[in-house]
Amino acid sequence: MTKELLGTLTWLAPLPPLLSFAVIALFTNRNRQTSSTIAVLAMLASLVLSFIVLFNALGMPDLGSAPIRGVPYRFLPTGDSTFDIGVAVDPLGATFLFMVPLTCTLIFIYSIGYMASDPLYARFFAFLSLFGGSMMGFVVSDNLLMLFVFWELMGFCSYALIGFFYRKPSAYKAAVKAFMTTRVGDMLLLLGIVYLYTQTGTLNFFSVLHDGKVLATLAGTPAVLGLGISAAGLIAILIFGGTVGKSAQFPLHVWLPDAMEGPTPVSAMIHAATMVSAGIFLLLRFFPLLQAGGRDNPAFIVVGVIGAITAFMGATIAVAQYDIKRVLAFSTISQLGFMVAAVGIGAYTAAVFHLLAHAFFKSLLFLSSGSVIHGVEHGHEHAHGHEHAEAHAGEHAHAADETPQPEFDAQDMRNMGGLRKRMPITFLAFLAGGLALAGFPLITAGFWSKDEILADAFHGLTQGSWISSLVFIVLAVSALLTAFYIGRQICLTFFGQPRTEAAANATESVPTMTFPLIVLAVFAIFFGFVSVPPDFPVLGPLFGSAAGWLKNFAATQLVELQAFKEEAVHFNAIPLLTSLVVALGGLGLGWLVYGQKPLQAGQADPVEKLGGLFKFLHNRWYFDELYRAIFINPLQAIADNYTRIVDKGVIDWFLEGVYKAGVVIARGLREFDRVVITGGSDLIGNTVRSIGREGRELQSGQVQNYLLSALIAAVVLMVFFLVVLAQ
Amino acid sequence: MDFILSNILPLLVLAPVVGMLLVLLAPADQPRLIKWGSIAFSLIPLALSIVMWAGYNQAQAGFQFEQQATWFPQINSSFHVGVDGISIPLIVLCALLTPLSMLMSLSIQKGVKAFFALFFLLEAAVIGCFVSLDLILFFLFFEFSLVPMFFLINQWGGLNKRYASFKFILYTMAASLGMLLAIQVVGLASKSFDIVYLFSPAGRPFTGANQVNLLVQNPDIWKGVAFFAFGLAFALKLPIWPFHTWLPDAHTEAPTGGSMMLAGILLKLGGYGFLRLVIPLFPDAAAQFAPVLAVLAFVSIVLGAFAAWGQNDFKKLVAYSSINHMGFVALGVASAALYFGGKAVTGLDANIAASGAVFQMVTHGLSSAAMFALVGVVYERSHTRDLTKYGGLWSIMPLYGGILLFCSIGSLGLPGLSGFVSEFMVTRGAWPAFTLLTILSMAGLLVTGIYILKALQKVLHGPLGEEWRHHRLPDINIPEILAVAPLMVAMLVLGIYPSLVLNLINVGVVRLFQ
Repeated sequence: MTKELLGTLTWLAPLPPLLSFAVIALFTNRNRQTSSTIAVLAMLASLVLSFIVLFNALGMPDLGSAPIRGVPYRFLPTGDSTFDIGVAVDPLGATFLFMVPLTCTLIFIYSIGYMASDPLYARFFAFLSLFGGSMMGFVVSDNLLMLFVFWELMGFCSYALIGFFYRKPSAYKAAVKAFMTTRVGDMLLLLGIVYLYTQTGTLNFFSVLHDGKVLATLAGTPAVLGLGISAAGLIAILIFGGTVGKSAQFPLHVWLPDAMEGPTPVSAMIHAATMVSAGIFLLLRFFPLLQAGGRDNPAFIVVGVIGAITAFMGATIAVAQYDIKRVLAFSTISQLGFMVAAVGIGAYTAAVFHLLAHAFFKSLLFLSSGSVIHGVEHGHEHAHGHEHAEAHAGEHAHAADETPQPEFDAQDMRNMGGLRKRMPITFLAFLAGGLALAGFPLITAGFWSKDEILADAFHGLTQGSWISSLVFIVLAVSALLTAFYIGRQICLTFFGQPRTEAAANATESVPTMTFPLIVLAVFAIFFGFVSVPPDFPVLGPLFGSAAGWLKNFAATQLVELQAFKEEAVHFNAIPLLTSLVVALGGLGLGWLVYGQKPLQAGQADPVEKLGGLFKFLHNRWYFDELYRAIFINPLQAIADNYTRIVDKGVIDWFLEGVYKAGVVIARGLREFDRVVITGGSDLIGNTVRSIGREGRELQSGQVQNYLLSALIAAVVLMVFFLVVLAQ
Repeated sequence: MDFILSNILPLLVLAPVVGMLLVLLAPADQPRLIKWGSIAFSLIPLALSIVMWAGYNQAQAGFQFEQQATWFPQINSSFHVGVDGISIPLIVLCALLTPLSMLMSLSIQKGVKAFFALFFLLEAAVIGCFVSLDLILFFLFFEFSLVPMFFLINQWGGLNKRYASFKFILYTMAASLGMLLAIQVVGLASKSFDIVYLFSPAGRPFTGANQVNLLVQNPDIWKGVAFFAFGLAFALKLPIWPFHTWLPDAHTEAPTGGSMMLAGILLKLGGYGFLRLVIPLFPDAAAQFAPVLAVLAFVSIVLGAFAAWGQNDFKKLVAYSSINHMGFVALGVASAALYFGGKAVTGLDANIAASGAVFQMVTHGLSSAAMFALVGVVYERSHTRDLTKYGGLWSIMPLYGGILLFCSIGSLGLPGLSGFVSEFMVTRGAWPAFTLLTILSMAGLLVTGIYILKALQKVLHGPLGEEWRHHRLPDINIPEILAVAPLMVAMLVLGIYPSLVLNLINVGVVRLFQ
């Protein structure tokens, strides 16, 4: 296929889900079956289009320097020039064209079963389609403006879907929180866009990022406002602000854990296929700009430090959570921190690799946890048949008009236990995802991707880079915690004896839900083999020329552009041993604490023995409380009091004072007029009198006459114009 | 057809007047006939405006469809009309909003005849203002637009209508008195009121030969006086903080249709005045005071947003959102004006800023009219505007909920809808001129998100409000959908295909910075 045709297909790839949204919203919103069928077929069409482009792209050795590009579209006229937008597929985009439609399609299929009992099924699929379509549009954009459009659309979709159970206060609050927190980052990103546009006159990735001269100029220009860094650095940091919001990095991470208020497929969309991956994608896109300032420049350091903090913080909080989805939410935050930290030390391909691997195993984990919740809810219904409606009030809150607070929490891991026998497919799927997250050696994708990050960080460490050293140590500790909390989660959920009747009666989910789990589990295990390091003992030679494939493919973009070479990192045993130790050590620790002596019903979780530290972690380092105290409450106070104090209290007070003074003066003049110049007709006095009369007339209801005279006057005026015009 | 095209501007002004006369002649006991007849008739100016838009030759910049007739030869004032890329979008907007506002006024009970007659008069005055190429004529129409609005608020308004209407008329009249004075000064200086002549090198007031015509020998004083008088009148109309306090009262008390026109088109006279008169007539003074305007614009953006956030009256919240959004118009104008200060701003920057300001006026016209219409819809049914009393209405008014969601995010400036494009352009244009203020204004955009989501949440989300479980609230009806749908379509189309209008605006704006 020619590149032109592929470019056209790239334009078409995001369209089916976007159209599906429009069709469901406008026409089929009353028909459940039709709506979900349209949504799934549209996503499938998008998948097919993407894969056609992708497999053609894989065969192009020059994809990095000559990406597939669609015919541009003239978006804005700007003076004598124009601002065009278009689509493109380069190696980075191609890797996403694989992961995004695949996970989206699986999540769509899963939703058919998961949402089956929801009255707003059609609306759900409409928003889901818009979400998927926006991510597709985001991936193929060739410029920052179009990318931002889809970026914001995703923000809106997350708002609509997190708040999908809109009657639940916790749901709409989480939706607002997600939208507003990410919007903080979006505003920074918008400033970055505007700044970049002002500096370079274009927002096209290939004109900015793949042009060494432009980058060199940006790196040599001091930033505005005398900040002491280069324009390239400031723009990169502003754009990174967008990533911090969307990819839930410290200090804007607070929205992601609450985002699980949405239905579970939405969590999978947000945590894997779309939102959070989008943030990292953006950061990877702008890697050349980060790199323009050279190794360990301020922008790199900001990225690296934020990533390391986030990785560590997320992992510690995840240890002390009971909610099955909340553990995973903090795990996502932590893993995103891994990727960001990787970018911060210049490990571009490692970040790409971990992002893709994470997308597979994290969507797998979320979908499995949804299956667990579903199964436990069914078990609860089975055990307490009469409380049917109440049990469903947890997730499917639309069922009842009022939402009674359910006593039974189907998401609390303390209410589970022993599920491996009741839900074998879900168990195996979760196990695959969990082991991948822990980085279980050799047979999981997570091992290879995490190992690559550690290897690159260690390489930087040997070269004396302090940021690389920091990242290496922090990530190693975080990886240990990761393996521990996922071990804890697997044991609490699936091993031991059921701790509630609901868990004892849980049932395996329907095939539309388990099928996506199986597919994702395969990827969570085997995806790692796309990038086995060539010099890895035994396995490297075994893979031969296929070894390190992803790394080579993703790096073509960097290698072909002379200015940005990623150094080849040679095999080193220390980072490998580190990742082996932390993965196995963490899992072993988890097994020791939770596997050997399974938690009994009513027994306190061993992590609670940490006391104050546990409370600190369980309450998520008190970020929500802190932000409420220092940002939300003061701003709310301004909003609540501004009108009363300033508009009414100062401005209107002043104006009304002037008006009253005028009236007093006019009255005085009238008196003066009446008393001193008797009989004389003073203009001001008359005016005041006539105003007074007018007021009386308005009150006595004679205004119709007045109005009519005004209208007649108007007509006379207009006729006058007409006559004049005729001359 | 030839006759129509060659006389399109007088026809555009006169068509609503004819509509008004027809309404006045109609039998008073036939309110349905008057209402639907008015709506049907108001499609004529709309059609004419579209013919004008289509007939404007974009390849050839400048005023077109120009017509000039003798009027006051003694003072060199003539009946001179013409349009360009800046005025055409606003005229079309006005002609579009009139039938839609009338559709939202079907429930008017008292004084139907007068109400619809006033609407036509309002349309004629506003269009007249946009087509005028003579300062006296412009002033006449500018003042005339106040009269119908005054009566619309005073007679058909809410509980506090007297206060709101008098505040509105006194405030705006006071400001335009200054403008009348300024127009006299300009006329005295250049010996003409013709805008095209005043733009020409020979006619530019207070420059060259036009300096000596003045009463005193210091032209700078007169120039300053004239500039401030013009600026104040338009700043008040826009409105810019701290001249904005008439707006929340007027908008809130006006009937739904009146609010739509007030927010949708009357405010735009302010932005239009800056771009049409202030910048071209007083470029160096405009550049000199651009920073002041920019600071006030920033304050409007931020405090307008905070004020909107603090409201519990749905209509007041939407009213304050206008101050927030129109602040971007002012920011764009200020950045464009700085071009004449010969500083950091290039022609391209100024161009983008001014185009963004005009486009922001168009998109705000669409979104604010839609929002006021939707406030009207829910008020009509619930008889309350108190946000704390709604809650969960999405479940009983699903269609309304979807439409409100769409229009709200349009007002929020979500990419994909038109509001984003204009805000992006203004931000881009303002960056080189006022970097720090642009950064700080983003805080305003952030709060924009908060108040929009607050409104959505209070109206649609949460458990259904106590009162509405027994009191049935019917979903949005067909005439109301007809009133909002064109605005939604326009927001979407201009969000995806902005050059549909921006090409035209660009043609008009480019001439400002040559």
